Amino acid sequence: MPRVHDRGGWPTDEPIDRSEHQIMDWELRVSAIRQVLGQKGLLRSDELRRGIESIEPSRYEALGYYERWTESIESIIVEKGVLTRKEIDQKMADLEAQSR
Amino acid sequence: MSNQHGHGDHSNEQGSSHPGASQDAELGHYARRVQALEALLTEKGICTQGEIQRAVEETEARSPADGARVVARAWVDSEFKARLLANAKAAVAELGYEAAADLPDLVVAENTDKQHHLVVCTLCSCYPTWLLGRPPDWYKSLTYRSRAVVDPRGVTREFGLELEPNVEVRVLDSTADIRYLVLPQRPDGTEGLSEEELARLVTRDSMVGVSNPHVPEPAPAD
Amino acid sequence: MASSVGGPKFRRGDRVRVLSLDVKGHVRTPWYIQGKTGVIERSHGPYLNPESLAYGGSGLPAQPLYLVRFNQLEVWEGYTGPGDDRVLADVFEHWLEPA
Repeated sequence: MPRVHDRGGWPTDEPIDRSEHQIMDWELRVSAIRQVLGQKGLLRSDELRRGIESIEPSRYEALGYYERWTESIESIIVEKGVLTRKEIDQKMADLEAQSR
Repeated sequence: MSNQHGHGDHSNEQGSSHPGASQDAELGHYARRVQALEALLTEKGICTQGEIQRAVEETEARSPADGARVVARAWVDSEFKARLLANAKAAVAELGYEAAADLPDLVVAENTDKQHHLVVCTLCSCYPTWLLGRPPDWYKSLTYRSRAVVDPRGVTREFGLELEPNVEVRVLDSTADIRYLVLPQRPDGTEGLSEEELARLVTRDSMVGVSNPHVPEPAPAD
Repeated sequence: MASSVGGPKFRRGDRVRVLSLDVKGHVRTPWYIQGKTGVIERSHGPYLNPESLAYGGSGLPAQPLYLVRFNQLEVWEGYTGPGDDRVLADVFEHWLEPA
């Protein structure tokens, strides 16, 4: 059984969906954060990929591309001690509160 | 509850085939999460807003027009083409596309009467963003990543390209540190066109290999 | 590219078999070529080993990386295209043995 990301040749009759979604601002931001962290030696693409590949398989299939990136970047920088999960959760809550 | 990402209410049944699927018009969970990450990274001085903004702008500045310029130059200048096939990074630098040191290496694969190349990344979504801009959603889709290696002729057919049986189809799976760009064949009937006119015939999809460049409109009859 | 110990073991045209290594972590060898025999199409030179880089390691020693060409008919049971069709993938040297 190949792992969920190892996708070549998986049986599917689905045609390729060629519609494009409008890229969202947060998708641009997360992609840029990844680049900047990479330039600073805090996140290698190999680590980003390992993080993506570690997402539980059914979630991997359900999440969008940059959603997987977000989860992976977060887990890698938490693992490295750059940020803690607790402070990210706290910041989330603060931003939610501010927006109400 | 750090593991509870609550994506269920805005995930999408088509998630597997639509890479940007589970976002909605309101600021969703991931948008907020990214905002939080950015705020913390900048507050702690790990990086600056300016650096993030510059990275956004640098990526947005890239587009298939960059790759098209490279292809058109190769069509009109056989010596450039030889250098491009031998050492793509050095050759595209001649056109002003200097690669940052941390960028993956680039290899250009030439389509001929006998061989047609098609690029995929089955493990991830590796793509020559440096010369083509952000990959299209279909390139990142699980469907394309599954099918391109096992059914390349069926895939190009969906993009409107029927490959002849006597053409060897070569699927390039970019599994490691190399990014692949297809050098499509120059369409017939383009002898009189300028390099700029030729570049306009070169589509993003033709540099991935799922289709061929545009064929020029026939000149209007006098 | 990175510096490596020793030169590449294989050259263009060599026949190689892709190993099925039981590596649990991050690897760059897709499942569908594991155990398959192919031909070295191109030698890319040495690259840092992603299996180490993915866990914060140095990636050293760098591994020679090759573009390996496989016959589609030998990779996929029931491949419907012509016999000349190929699939090519980049494979690190430690995943290859002479065939």
